[in-house]
Amino acid sequence: MYWQEQYECMAREDLEQLQLERLQATLYRLGTHVPFYRRRLQEARFDFETVTSLEALAALPFTTKEDLHANYPYGLFAVPLRDVVRIHSTSGAAGMTTVVGYTRNDIKNWADLVARLFRAAGVTAEDVVQIAHDYGILTGGLGLHYGAERLGASVIPISTAHIKRQLRIMRDFKTTALVCTPSHALKLVETMMEVGLNPSELSLKYGIFGAERWSEAMRAEIAERLGIVATDNYGLSEIMGPGVAGECRECHGLHVNEDHFLVEILNPRTLQPVPEGETGELVITTLTKEAFPVLRYRTRDLASFLPDPCPCGRTLRRISRIQGRSDDMLIVRGVNVFPGQIAAALAEINGPDSPYLIVVERERHEDRLTVMVEVTESLFFDEVRKQWALADRIQERLATDLGLQVQVKLVEEKTLEKVEGHGNRVLDKRQL
Amino acid sequence: MLKIRNLEAGYGKLRVLRKVSMHVSAGEIVAIIGANGSGKTTLLGAIAGLVEATSGEIRFQGEDLTLLAASRIPARGCVLVPEGRQVFAAMTVEENLLLGGHPLARERRGELDGLLAHQYELFPILRERRRQLAGTLSGGEQQMLAMGRALMSRPSLVMMDEPSTGLAPLIVRDIFAIIARLRQEGNTVLLVEQNAKAALAIADRGYVLETGKVIIQGPAEDLLANRDVQRAYLGRERLEG
Repeated sequence: MYWQEQYECMAREDLEQLQLERLQATLYRLGTHVPFYRRRLQEARFDFETVTSLEALAALPFTTKEDLHANYPYGLFAVPLRDVVRIHSTSGAAGMTTVVGYTRNDIKNWADLVARLFRAAGVTAEDVVQIAHDYGILTGGLGLHYGAERLGASVIPISTAHIKRQLRIMRDFKTTALVCTPSHALKLVETMMEVGLNPSELSLKYGIFGAERWSEAMRAEIAERLGIVATDNYGLSEIMGPGVAGECRECHGLHVNEDHFLVEILNPRTLQPVPEGETGELVITTLTKEAFPVLRYRTRDLASFLPDPCPCGRTLRRISRIQGRSDDMLIVRGVNVFPGQIAAALAEINGPDSPYLIVVERERHEDRLTVMVEVTESLFFDEVRKQWALADRIQERLATDLGLQVQVKLVEEKTLEKVEGHGNRVLDKRQL
Repeated sequence: MLKIRNLEAGYGKLRVLRKVSMHVSAGEIVAIIGANGSGKTTLLGAIAGLVEATSGEIRFQGEDLTLLAASRIPARGCVLVPEGRQVFAAMTVEENLLLGGHPLARERRGELDGLLAHQYELFPILRERRRQLAGTLSGGEQQMLAMGRALMSRPSLVMMDEPSTGLAPLIVRDIFAIIARLRQEGNTVLLVEQNAKAALAIADRGYVLETGKVIIQGPAEDLLANRDVQRAYLGRERLEG
């Protein structure tokens, strides 16, 4: 039922004592080990000794994605590189990437926190867990893998193998827990229909889904078609990766691992706390991270706190599923994409003012990102070879910068203003 | 059991502890480690009421200890084994132990014989030397006597200040084995030690004090694996090259 009961079911008063102790030690670390934070705290004329309560956090400066980028690659590490045993990164071109590091203790804690979410979903050491996240530099694959292994489950690192192979292994290896994005789960269902594999031939019991936004409608569809309990989990590389919060079997909100992360929900404009229960931006402070502690990170993810208590017995507060973003970030096949990255690449290749439109669609449960770029009339009509070369260059550049295959479509001048009108450069057609 | 928040304490104008927050739960061994002058002993002194807390709170089983006189604190179940033993040299071993039972309420005095027998079981050498003057004991035996004396009042929390100081390595091992056994018997221990490696090896959790501040805290195994702790307190730097 629980993985670390003494923390997951802690009395509120004890938890707050622990959080305060950890917050004070974290602030000390930030102020002494990370020049960026030392400067920032000095600029704010802030004396960390005045943080005598959790409420005092509200007076501390925020950390933004831009701060992380400006300190690329190792500027925000709080330990020397020789103490770092793992490095992950978000996708993005140099200067648009976040690099995160982990000490041995960070990796151990991460595994425990991921084991908690597996355990909360019902998974035990008896289960066969198939993880279909990309095992690469992104935090998803390895983060979830270590947690499932920590739990003692039999883990199949299927990663991004061909989908039919994923299905065959799922059937033959008697996989009981599927770990992937919700859209990938639906794609698996679809492919099962195609190849005539009946879900009853599988041993699946649990689906542990995350890394993209989804809905209750999708949950119901996956649960019904696969005959499983589908739970949601949340995390982000900047904070740790998966394991920040996860649902229990109540399937009603994600328990935040509050002994390791302090979560605030703020109005993204005023940066003041929203009234209890209302949706706002998650702002997270790490309490135990050694290599990459972060102070009040603005996640840009929108969610709300759910009322206590949860019938499962955990005292860790729950947040709603992620409702959206307070910025323009898109998540495409589990990869974070900022329209600004695309704009920067296009400006370099095709000139600063060339109009473009980013279209995201979901077809047969797979996301597709198309970048439509306007080219001059002469190029569009006369120079087919040049057109191809340009499209190829853009495509290759975006693949490198985003870490994602995209389609590039060149269109005639003035086409796009008709499509979208007022400068809206992103068209997300996905229905969740 | 013990919850400390933002504790400040010192001597006259000298501020030693700076906003120290820490806690001890029932059944735990918690180690406070740090170099000389980091504030470890001051922390124990403040809990025991021997050093005045200038701000912050110390709650022991819900009660604010900063409001109590030092002499009343042992009766609440919080006892200190001071650094350097401080046994009563001119009294016998058994007299020392019996004195340790004084915080017990009058109606519980009947338990003294049983408690005495229990200390002799825990520290057999003390039984052998029961009639000997405490001043004639070796350092290790005196340390055991000081521990036995503290345990005579069946405290909820035993605080030990540098129990390994001045003892030979073999004796230190014995002392730590006994502390680990105390936990098995359901005792709760707050242990202050310069010998970080030995302390963390038996502790559940630990706090690292540096110039009066808690700079790192966490499960003992995490502190043992923490490179900052290794470099500063466990002497691993040269090994790592």
